[in-house]
Amino acid sequence: MTIGLTHYLVVAAVLFTGGLFTMMTKRNAIGILIGVELVLNSANVNLVAFDRYLGPGRIDGQIAALFVIVLAAAEAALAVGICINVYKNLATVDVDRATQLQG
Amino acid sequence: MPGGAGGWRRGLTQFSVPWRQERPVNYGFFARFIIALAKTVYAVAAPIVSRFPGAILICAVIGACLLVWVFALIFAYVDVHIIEVLPTVATTAHASPMPPPHAATPSPATWGVPPATIATLIKNAGGWPASFNGILQYLLWPVQFGIVRDLIGLVALLGLFVIIPVYTIWWERKVAGRIQSRLGPMRVGGWHGWAQSPADGIKLLLKEDLIPANADKVLFRLAPYLAIIPAALGFVALPFATTYVFRTLDVALVFILGVLGVEVFSVILSGWASNNKWSVYGAMREACQMVAYEIPMGMAVMVPVVVAGTLNLGKIGDAQSGGWFSWLAFSNPFAFVAFVVYYIASLASCKRAPFDLPEAESELVAGFHTEYSGIRWSFFFFAEYVVMFIVSGLATILFMGAWHSPLPMVWGERVAEFLGGGVLARGVNGLLFNGPIWFIAKCVFFLYVQIWLRWTLPRIRIDQVLYGCVQVLLPLTMVLLLGTAIWVWASTSDSAGWAIFASVINWILGIIGAGFALMFPAIAAYGFYHRRRLVGNLVVDALPGA
Amino acid sequence: MRSFFELRTLNFELHWLRSLAVAVPKRVRSLTLAALTLVRSLPLAALIVALSASAALADDDRAVAAAEGVPSAVAGGALEAALFYFVAGGVVLSVVGVCVSRNIVRMAVWLFIALGSTAMLYFMLAATFLGAIQLIVYVGGTLVLLVFGVMLTSKSPWVKFDCGKLELFSAAVVCLALAGALCMVLSKTGWSATPTIVPAPAIAVIGEQLLTKYLVPFEVAGVLLMIVMVGAAYLARQED
Repeated sequence: MTIGLTHYLVVAAVLFTGGLFTMMTKRNAIGILIGVELVLNSANVNLVAFDRYLGPGRIDGQIAALFVIVLAAAEAALAVGICINVYKNLATVDVDRATQLQG
Repeated sequence: MPGGAGGWRRGLTQFSVPWRQERPVNYGFFARFIIALAKTVYAVAAPIVSRFPGAILICAVIGACLLVWVFALIFAYVDVHIIEVLPTVATTAHASPMPPPHAATPSPATWGVPPATIATLIKNAGGWPASFNGILQYLLWPVQFGIVRDLIGLVALLGLFVIIPVYTIWWERKVAGRIQSRLGPMRVGGWHGWAQSPADGIKLLLKEDLIPANADKVLFRLAPYLAIIPAALGFVALPFATTYVFRTLDVALVFILGVLGVEVFSVILSGWASNNKWSVYGAMREACQMVAYEIPMGMAVMVPVVVAGTLNLGKIGDAQSGGWFSWLAFSNPFAFVAFVVYYIASLASCKRAPFDLPEAESELVAGFHTEYSGIRWSFFFFAEYVVMFIVSGLATILFMGAWHSPLPMVWGERVAEFLGGGVLARGVNGLLFNGPIWFIAKCVFFLYVQIWLRWTLPRIRIDQVLYGCVQVLLPLTMVLLLGTAIWVWASTSDSAGWAIFASVINWILGIIGAGFALMFPAIAAYGFYHRRRLVGNLVVDALPGA
Repeated sequence: MRSFFELRTLNFELHWLRSLAVAVPKRVRSLTLAALTLVRSLPLAALIVALSASAALADDDRAVAAAEGVPSAVAGGALEAALFYFVAGGVVLSVVGVCVSRNIVRMAVWLFIALGSTAMLYFMLAATFLGAIQLIVYVGGTLVLLVFGVMLTSKSPWVKFDCGKLELFSAAVVCLALAGALCMVLSKTGWSATPTIVPAPAIAVIGEQLLTKYLVPFEVAGVLLMIVMVGAAYLARQED
């Protein structure tokens, strides 16, 4: 069976929904970050799959995926910094307990 | 026998061992043949190995090369005599030893069918003189498929993966012993304890499998495998010569750097899963150090990439085929310094001293692998020594001429023409001018320098480690990258003055490099000549701060 | 220091070869001794022969190697399908693992497997440079950062934060519905894609495009990384 574009897009869709579920249901801040990484990876798989299947010799998708990887690393760094600061102040990374600005 | 005919027997008289008595035993022919073979091998190898401790490693390498040669002959034979003769297969017929990366594995519809019987073969080949050929074709029929060749290559890679750490550990113990005025392993196996490492491996296999009580069992078991898998993957892209590579990747260099970065995760996981705060400390320090030193390593690696213009390790190796002065370390002063920076960063990346804080035996018991015993512990050490070999391999390919000898390859071609171009000519070419032997010899030399540094230099504190990385090496690599880029850009301009200046600098750097290279055997000769005098006071007087 | 010959006279109880030598009858021993004296004179020649034989493999097929340096994605074939299902299965399994695990460190390990499988997908899509960059940056950098964050912020490995059952159920329903809808749309769309053998572009093209067509995003990404470094250093400062 020939592997076509649809197969890769389905994989990306599964990655996306998995990341979405993780973001929605985890209370640990780092868990939410893991969900964000999964969503960004799904976008990357989409970009590269279209790149390969819709035009021989095109690299625009790869370059966009490169930028996504770079930006994901940057925001993960900052987000982990924020989580560690929250831990220092609240002694927990449970996002349900970060309610000081609520109400 | 030397040492006196009864010398070794005299030593045994203290023990009432029954096998000392001579009994007339009639052995069969086969048993006597095996005994004679064993004694021959022993007698041939012992005089060499006793005088040169690295000879076993070299003999193993030669054995591996012979095996590769045999397989290459088989592959070439199959290409010429089977693929073109049997009426079936859709593989590409190259005469290269390792299969090209996309030799299309034939789909099931076109797989070749072997001749039915040997009788048919003889009939097809037209009589008895050609039937030997036919029988050989029948036996070698599976080798025509790319997947079979890949499997053979994989077995070779796994063999390398096992042999390299085993004998590097033995050699390290010998070198460490010599540095510390002792001999190292001497007993196991006879001469210079060559069987010490395999014996240790067998012992580790038989040890009790301990997992700490409250440890995360799944992650504890998983971590060693995450250490050896990236180490083995590094061999997939590492070329030992232009055609001696499992897969020629166009991004081989970045691939190897990437898989070496996966090692960090195994370290963290093993430290965490041990449920031991000292392991966690070791793991965190180690991860910090490895990740921090990946930056200067990556940037120092970019320097020869800028000079050579490609990430393909095979092409970078080919760019250094013009003899000693064409090696990329001597092409410009920035590359020379980049070689030193890369070597230091790679030492930190494989957690070798002086950066071996994670395994600091005197501080953290054993750091992240404290709780590991038996084969799991040896997996971590396999991974460490294989990574040492891979980074030495990268240092060789990127800076030190890869698989070329200090003599230019054009001379080798002339010599090969002079000798007629047959197997002997190519053999001499491979021995004197370029070939996988040179690559492995250079890797072994860099391993030796790593071992030497470990047993000479004291350990550096973690804050000194990170200071060195971020405040010394990182700005230095930025300057080097910029300088190399400007140098290469200036070399592309057609200015004669620049060309003269660049070649003068090339010569100067080459001579400095040759001076360093000749310094090693000179100091070794001095040490050997004065070896009785040097043990003792010199050690005390020469320590820093004395 | 003893010489080699003196060392050989020490008590080598473990020396099994010596025991063999004693047990062999005299006639055989003398014959083997004669053979050994002959062979002892040839080790250097044997070394040279071995070396040259192995070095005979320094083949001059460099043109072949150079031409084959470009990877390509081969379309068709059961092997490619099997590989794809294996890798995609790994991705799906690890995503399910991330969603289902309740221990944050296990989630990080499942994420590692997901990212590694995605890198393998990139290699299959002939984006080898991107796959290697994914391994270096994502697995070797971002994931290590996440795991550091996990370890610095967790009190014990077994603390679990769980959602209520209602939230889990509704989230699962929404996500499964979304996944189903996406898969249906994707399979029903007629993509104008033909899976032919695609020669992967050379890395030089990527580099050139980064510096010509995508120069502005490249520089902006550099400035952004600098801002992120400043921000992270500020966040991680020690309050004195």
